[in-house]
Amino acid sequence: MSHEVVEKNIGLMMVLILVVALAGGAVEWFPLFFLDETTEPIEGVDRYDALALEGRDIYIREGCYNCHSQMIRPFRAETERYGHYSVAGESVYDRPFQWGSKRTGPDLARVGGRYSDDWQYAHLYNPRDLVPESNMPAYPWLFDSKLTGENTADKMAALNIAVGVTCPKCNLYTEEDMKGAKAAVEGKTEADALVHYLQGLGTAL
Amino acid sequence: MSSFWSNWITVITVGNILACVWLIWWTMRKRDGESAEGDVTGHAWDGDLQEYNNPLPRWWLWMFYITIVFAFGYLYLYPGLGNYGGALGWTAQNQHAAEMSKADEKYGPIYAQYRDVSVEELAKNTDANAMGKRLYLTYCMQCHGSDARGSKGYPNLADNDWLWGGSPDMIHASIAQGRRQKAPMPAAQAMPPWTPVLGEEGVDQVVEYVLELSGRKADADMASKGKELYMTNCSACHMPDGAGFHALGAPRLNDNIWLFGKSKSQIRDVIANGRNQVMPAWKEMLGDDKVHVLTAYVYSLSNN
Repeated sequence: MSHEVVEKNIGLMMVLILVVALAGGAVEWFPLFFLDETTEPIEGVDRYDALALEGRDIYIREGCYNCHSQMIRPFRAETERYGHYSVAGESVYDRPFQWGSKRTGPDLARVGGRYSDDWQYAHLYNPRDLVPESNMPAYPWLFDSKLTGENTADKMAALNIAVGVTCPKCNLYTEEDMKGAKAAVEGKTEADALVHYLQGLGTAL
Repeated sequence: MSSFWSNWITVITVGNILACVWLIWWTMRKRDGESAEGDVTGHAWDGDLQEYNNPLPRWWLWMFYITIVFAFGYLYLYPGLGNYGGALGWTAQNQHAAEMSKADEKYGPIYAQYRDVSVEELAKNTDANAMGKRLYLTYCMQCHGSDARGSKGYPNLADNDWLWGGSPDMIHASIAQGRRQKAPMPAAQAMPPWTPVLGEEGVDQVVEYVLELSGRKADADMASKGKELYMTNCSACHMPDGAGFHALGAPRLNDNIWLFGKSKSQIRDVIANGRNQVMPAWKEMLGDDKVHVLTAYVYSLSNN
């Protein structure tokens, strides 16, 4: 086969490009679907309860991941400040994961329990009430809008499919979880949900 | 990793690099009927556009060879081929552990030298206080403020009013073990909401009595009714005279320091809805020596 054949057959060229491009993926991410380290939860990590699940969605909706990572890298500069570095088994219930890629604010992978609930509420309402130097936006509307819990159970069902595929040893949501989901979140404010989610982050390790 | 996936990675990775070697050989191979190097190739586009049969630029070719050599060198030294750990035995965890132990060797003694110095002595040591201040500014200022004067709901550490006691031992315990309702500290600071017990009116009366306790203007009638309620419900933690109780973290009420704001409505809110403050535990994160230095710094703020 000469170079000319490849150059003049666009279909063949596409196939060959695909093969080359897939080689990296085949090595770098395909095996991860089958490794215990990446598909099994570490001890103490479990599915989000109904309120934390809603809180996580608010975290995503408000774009918290734009300024906060949830990934402590194994460097002293990070572990001294944030705690033990993150491990893959902590993220198995996260669809999508919230590792983030930029830190305007601090990493939140282990923020759970670091501050009191009251601190978190006050800080979300207006960060500058607690940290005058803070440039984090205030989120006062989270305290007004109430959750209805209309589709919390649906979210659980959807997560069961996604997590069930990639994490065979994960605890999926049970029938009871889904039945009780609406009652668990209905009437709570979005701030309640978000604080509940934050207070659970990274507490297993 | 199972040997299947290990082999999978190894074969594809090595195969991929070898394919690059083959590719460069294949494109450079002399073909039948090819024009001599430096001559025109023989075809023309757009009427008169021709190209020379020139070799690949040397600098580019050499870069290509270097990346291939680098790839094999890297995969020999570092983990990249499945379960093969690499000749250097490098892992991210090892690197972190080495970084930590190197730092411990370097900084550990700086903190350790104060291990046997009492907190009272250490509070007078300017070097130790400078270190304590840096620790404070990293781990504590989010709540207690960069000047340690606290903010609403977060105790001022620079005055001499203490929720849990201001002795070196008590400050150390507050930092090391934290103060919170659930474990690890059995003695919990939890101010329950009192509306369900006292009713709206009862809360109003207690508010007046609390104002009176701290020597502020209050409705005498309501305060005297509030006093009865206070003695039955509040005095167990805040003491009959309002002096507070360090063992429970119950704030002193007969002074004019207000953790949650001093206006009447703010005081009412605390009594009606309760408060549950949490101080996280730092021992595990910071280690004993740093907690000791930090204790001395906090102690120095109100004892200098």
